[in-house]
Amino acid sequence: MRKAKHGSVFWLFLAPVLFAFVMVIVVPFVLGVYYSFTSWSATARLGDALRFIGIENYVKILKDPTFAYSFMLTVGYTVLNMIVINAVSFGLAILVTRAIKGRNIYRAGFFIPNLIGGLILGYVWQFIFDDAIPSLGTLIGLAAWADPNNLILAKSASALVGLVIVGTWQYAGYIMVIYVAAIENVPQDLLEAAQIDGASSTRRLFSIIVPMMRQAFTITLFLTLVNSFKQFDVNYSLTAGGPSVMFMGKPIYGTELLAMNIYNQGFRSNDMAGGQARAVVFFLVLAIVSIVQVSINKKREIEL
Amino acid sequence: MKTRRAGLVYLEILAIVLFLIFLFPFLIVLVNSAKAPFEITQSPLTLPTNWGKILGNMVSIWTSVNIRYASSFASSVIITAASLVLLNLLSSQAAWVLVRTKTRLSAGIFVTFVAAMVIPFQIVMFPLLTWFRDVGQAFGIRLLRSYSGIILAYVGFGMSQSIFLFHGFIKSIPLELEEAATIDGCKRAQIFYAIIFPILRPIHATVLVLNGIWIWNDFLLPLLILGKGNRVMTIPLAVSNFAGAYVKQWDLILTAILMAMVPIVVFFLIAQKSIIKGMVAGSIK
Repeated sequence: MRKAKHGSVFWLFLAPVLFAFVMVIVVPFVLGVYYSFTSWSATARLGDALRFIGIENYVKILKDPTFAYSFMLTVGYTVLNMIVINAVSFGLAILVTRAIKGRNIYRAGFFIPNLIGGLILGYVWQFIFDDAIPSLGTLIGLAAWADPNNLILAKSASALVGLVIVGTWQYAGYIMVIYVAAIENVPQDLLEAAQIDGASSTRRLFSIIVPMMRQAFTITLFLTLVNSFKQFDVNYSLTAGGPSVMFMGKPIYGTELLAMNIYNQGFRSNDMAGGQARAVVFFLVLAIVSIVQVSINKKREIEL
Repeated sequence: MKTRRAGLVYLEILAIVLFLIFLFPFLIVLVNSAKAPFEITQSPLTLPTNWGKILGNMVSIWTSVNIRYASSFASSVIITAASLVLLNLLSSQAAWVLVRTKTRLSAGIFVTFVAAMVIPFQIVMFPLLTWFRDVGQAFGIRLLRSYSGIILAYVGFGMSQSIFLFHGFIKSIPLELEEAATIDGCKRAQIFYAIIFPILRPIHATVLVLNGIWIWNDFLLPLLILGKGNRVMTIPLAVSNFAGAYVKQWDLILTAILMAMVPIVVFFLIAQKSIIKGMVAGSIK
């Protein structure tokens, strides 16, 4: 190793991952960016059929109401999800770090939904929203709940809330364990000293624990942001994009998040180049988010 | 002291209530898996009249050609296990040479891998399909609808984060350990397998948990590469295929869901501690 800088072991050990990387990421990524500037489709893949058309696909996106709607919807869903998931998870974390009996059982219980895939969870909640809740309404004398027009998934606005409920249920336990780890990292003697000085438990929480959890908050906010923005599975099984709404004079999918909009554009509308251009925009948004996150972390490291 | 006790009791009641709310959906699935269709329409919230029905429903799922439970389960196990073995082995050995080779090229490769973590699946999914088809045709190998294609894809999509995690861990292993082995006459490749690989155990666990949960539950990648209703199906794919074929037949759909959930919940109850630890470690790094 000292003599030959990149010996045979270096290349031998790297070769498999480099192969997978090139096959699965590099080539499709480069092709994908290129195709977004062409007339690419499932049939027009090679030769003369594949024409370079510049930014035409991107111009089309700008004029397309489904993309504009989907983009705004995804931003709204992401912001709502970030707020609700983090608030719930933080509350749960506070709860299960108190000296209550059986707190490990509660931790496990809150965490379990996270182990089941979003696709399956979406079907479960479709049943809850469409069948269980109306039945509960009849049972407790709230006939309005049983009215088919009032179903949570029947209107796009409430269906979006439904997506947030499922997202929170699925994700809160995971974010909770990150908060729990952060809370348990706060030095115990610091808390005891504050207690002796007469600080109440609320005061200790907001003056000591929360400020010391800053790094955990950065992590959880970005995790929930990125994961909400990329949501596809729950969207696919819970609402499948529906119900439809009128937007800019066109009937369109009312709960079609961006990941599903890209998928539908490519496979349902058979417009792979258009879907690809959307995916490039999608990627750029996520790349900017990541750059912001990295720079925040860098700044923090310097402060420390 | 007395008021503190009272406060704790309130918190305990709150915890129990929240716990029940969180587990309620699972209960709904269990209860309705033991019902006939008319029972579900009448009252999804009551206990079933005959718990024995759950077995009948499970047999229906087991024998259904739309879900092919046994074969889908086996495929999910094969795909997850093979991807995990390859990811752990290949990523750790790659991370090791990247840490121990201090050159610009080595650093550049590492930074490229890490940067690739930003790339969302959506931007590569359409070209990945046509590319896999073209390569498959050119070399006469099946990459679509096959184990080899999907396992290759999981190694490709999972390796960046795995290498990143191994890299961080290996950096903290003192070089003296390897130098001593070199003097003892160990060859370089041997040093890795005999000395470094076993030390990596805790980080192997993290990588296994993170990738295992992701791959087992993943839906979109199998949907594209394997397709619905083909020879090789994963559990999420099979459930979705089944739910599409039996629209609103909730007795069977919920039984299928129950059977999809049971293995992973059992696994969690066995390995709870390392799973939670792995998930936290993976998120923080």
